[in-house]
This record gives sequence, C-alpha cells and structure tokens, in this order.
Amino acid sequence: MKIIVLVKHVPDAQFDRHLTGEANTTDRTESILSELDEYALEAALQLIEARGGEAAGHKVIALSMGPAGAVNAVKKSLQIGATEGVHLMDQALAGSDAAATSLALAAAVRHLGAETPVDLVLTGMASTDGETSLVPAQLAERLDLPQVTFASSLELDGTRLTARRDGDAHAETVEATLPALVSVTDQINDPRYPNFKGIMAAKKKTITTLGLADIGVDPSQVGPSGSWTAVESAEARPARTAGTIITDEGDAGIKLVDFLAAQKML
Amino acid sequence: MAKVLVFIDNPGQVLKKSSLELLTIARSLGEPAVALNGELHDDVAAALGAYGVQSLYRPSAADLNDYLVGPKASYLAAAVQTADATIVLTENSAEAREVAARLGIKLGAGVITDVVAVDPDGTAHKSVLAGSYTTAAKATTPVTVLTVKANSVTPEPAVTGTAPVTSTVRVPDTAAAASARITARNEKPASGRPDLAEARIIVAGGRGVDGNFGPLEDLADALGAAIGASRAATDAGWIGHDAQVGQTGKTVSPQLYISAGISGAIQQKAGMQTAKVIVAVNKDAESPIFEIADFGIVGDLFQVLPQATEEIKKRRG
Repeated sequence: MKIIVLVKHVPDAQFDRHLTGEANTTDRTESILSELDEYALEAALQLIEARGGEAAGHKVIALSMGPAGAVNAVKKSLQIGATEGVHLMDQALAGSDAAATSLALAAAVRHLGAETPVDLVLTGMASTDGETSLVPAQLAERLDLPQVTFASSLELDGTRLTARRDGDAHAETVEATLPALVSVTDQINDPRYPNFKGIMAAKKKTITTLGLADIGVDPSQVGPSGSWTAVESAEARPARTAGTIITDEGDAGIKLVDFLAAQKML
Repeated sequence: MAKVLVFIDNPGQVLKKSSLELLTIARSLGEPAVALNGELHDDVAAALGAYGVQSLYRPSAADLNDYLVGPKASYLAAAVQTADATIVLTENSAEAREVAARLGIKLGAGVITDVVAVDPDGTAHKSVLAGSYTTAAKATTPVTVLTVKANSVTPEPAVTGTAPVTSTVRVPDTAAAASARITARNEKPASGRPDLAEARIIVAGGRGVDGNFGPLEDLADALGAAIGASRAATDAGWIGHDAQVGQTGKTVSPQLYISAGISGAIQQKAGMQTAKVIVAVNKDAESPIFEIADFGIVGDLFQVLPQATEEIKKRRG
C-alpha cells in the first residue's frame, strides 16, 4: 500500500513564537517537525510493517509543504523510517490559508497518486502552529475522501478501515473504505525515535522537490491571492506578569478564597 | 440586511450557553436564522424564538449522525444557499470546526476558527500562537464561516421575540457517499461538571497531584468548575485524556483557571494563558507557572485546596 503522511515544519513551541512581515505570517526560523505529526508517521510505519514493509512493496511518503527549511521535517521523517520524501516548495505558496494549503496539498496528493493510487493520507490531529485543524477536513473534501479524524486507534482489514475516536461526550467506532484520509491523536501510539541506523539509511533516500508547475497549480490559486481569509492586523499581546505570590503559612487556602471573593469569582 | 445562519447540531433538551452566545452574535450582525440538526424540543424552539430567530431550517435526512461530518457539511451548504446567508456561525468544537472546514470548500468561503469577537463588518478577532498575539482577520469571499469560542459574549434574548418560520432543506442524496460511517457510539458517564471547553472556571492538576484528583474535584464542585489536567497527569493515567489542557489537548480561556501541582511548562501555558485570572498552587517556588499567575501560592495543594473548599462552604453558609 501507499501511504502519504503530511508533515509540517513548525516553530518550536519551547521558544517564544512570532508573526512577521506585512502578511503576519509565522516566523519559522526555530522550527522542527511538528510533534503531532510523529504519531501519524508512526501509525503509517506500523501499517506497512504489519504487511511486510518496503520489501513487500509498501511505502510511506512524507510530504511537507513549506519554505526551504521545511525539508528538515522531511529529512527527520526519513530518519524515523519514511520510505521517501517530497517537499512541495514554491515562493507563491507563502501566506496560504487553510483553503489554499488544502488546494495545493490535494494537487500534490493527486500528482503522487498518478501512477499508483494512494491508499491513505495520514495527518496529525492539528499543526502546533496554526492549530485550526481545518486542513485535514478540507483536504478530504477536495479529494472526495472519507475523513476519519482524531483517531485514537486504527485497524485495517483489506480495504476496510476501523478506527476508534474518543470524544468528550462519547467514544465512537467508525468505519471507512480506502482510500481515506485519517488524522490521529497523540493517544494512538508511542512514536519511535530516529536511531543511528535510521539516520544513516535516510542519507540514501530520495527527497523530491515539487513546484506548483509540477502539480498543475496556478500561482494565483495559492498564497494571499488564493486564500479566502486575510489577516488584517496582529498585535503582540502584552506578556502576562506575575501577580501576588505568597508562601503558605497555614492559611493560604483562606487567602485564596479572599482573592477569589475580591475577583467576584465566588 | 445580512442573513446570518447559526448551525446548531443536536441541541438535546435545552440550548447550550454557547448556542445562545452564537444567536446573540448573529443578531448583532444581521437577521438570524438557524440550521438545526437533530430533534427540536419545545424548550429549544422557545429559546430560538426568544433570541429572535427568524427562520429555522431542518434537514430532509434523519441519518446525519450516522456519518462523520461529510453529510452535515452537505446539509449546511444547502441550508446556506436556501437561506441566502452571507455569514455562518458554528461553535468551536472539533467536529463543528470540521463541518465548517468542509462547508468552506463547498461554498468557496473563508473559514476563521477560534473567534472570540466579531465586528459588524464581519471582521473576526482571535488569538494565535498560544495567546501571544491577537489578530483581526476577514474572509475575502462572499460567504464568511466563523467558529466561535464559548464564553465570547454574554447571551441576551431579543427585545421582541419571534416565531421562526420552519422549512426543510433537502440534503443531497450523494451526501453520505464518501463518508466514514459511525458503527458504534458509547456515551460516557456524565460527570455533572461543566464541559471543559465551555467552563467559566477550571481547576486543573498536574504531576503534583500524584494520582489524587480528589481535593481538586471537591474544590471544582464548590466553585461549579470543570476539571482540567496537564499532559503529565493524563499520561500517568490519573484522569481521562479528554481533561487535558495544553498544546496537545484543549485550549481554554475561562474567567478563572486554578492550576494545582502544574509546573507550567510552555506547552501547558499555551493552552490556558488567555484565561482572565490565573491562580497557581505549587510546592516549587521556581515553577514557571508563577511567572504568569495573578495569584500564586507556594505550598502543598493537599493543604491549600481542602482549606479553600471548606472556607468557600463556610462563607456560603
């Protein structure tokens, strides 16, 4: 089977993150492979390994859309175990909203499925930068695929896919037929780390760079001109400052209630 | 006047506060209409009238709940066209955001999530990058789709009530074709506490609770609060994953967030730093949570929280 895993190069949440430039796009200097995408990659690897892996002709393609640095998310995916990498990069893509991003990714998926069809598109539950969770659903809509989002377990029997979803009010079991789009939560597995063997093996793997012309997308369909939303202004929120800090001397619970009463929270 | 369509999915017996908020926002933007999925109970119908809803749409298909998202988006797209709406409002839950996402593609409409305020011209305000920026964004398309966070406005009934005109919207026969089917659904036992995403007050615990959420639950019940947890606490299996607040869990912005035994690693802070008031209780005076707390207590949560719970009960007599 052929699985595409979408991987995103996102600003490391360990550091302060910034918007930059006139279009208020995210500054990606201190970026890493989005943590939530590692679960999708692991799920893909487990699916092909259970079926004989690469030796049996199965493959996992890590696909990332983004500026030059995004190739690092693809490289890391190859080190973890993806079979091949694809980097969708074009100047015109900068500043794409979810709609434009899903358009470009849908075209890339179609392009990658031109010779042999793609069985499964796997994504993380959200990116850790935009966090809108719009792209998986929009990609499914554009590709006319059943979407199975927020899967906390995933089983595949032939072309029948069964997943568990753990919502707030209820847990669900859902079924879909391949090809499908699946997004997974951080409950689905424990992602593996790249080991020395993986890092060495990754050096021999191919990373294909695709531009918009390769996937048949006109530059006007993406970026700010192809986006359906525009950020008009952005303001850095004043950093929160520490308030009153006390050390418990046996009456801190009462002082806490005094504070809540003063805040009219009781 | 702009037609504003509010999507209300399976309201049950009574409209949730977040739905009333959406209706209040809808009225501030134009003529409110509702696309309902699920049963219409009397209390819900009465509330729609009280909130000034002019038109009520219901789907021709009764099986929308049997599938994941796709058919709901098809129904809503048909409802938008029938109502000739230019603004669509939904709640900000994971499922509603996905309905909005697919609706956006179907209609060629811009979607903005996590909205906390909407100007009369449709400009939406939200905070991004874990609350470190506030942005104003606008759809550039004829139709705007907004998913609005709970606790964004105070619900207010209309000055004069209405009797909404009800009509049925035909759901396309093909709506379920490429959709995942829900084959089993197990309701979780209700805790009786408010929903985490909607709660005005949250009491959240982390590594420091050491497996015992009891004192947090007592305080939460005294305050009418929801229970939240850090990833350390959910990973340890002390509490369900659905309680998780933070970058890989839920992003919340309650009026009051009480953090107990949570050090406040940046991923946790990311999920809650738009809370209006933050209280922190932690034994370690060096915990980063104290950098953002309005009121911090260096102390043992097992002493401080029960004392606070008792004091609240005492003051309320």
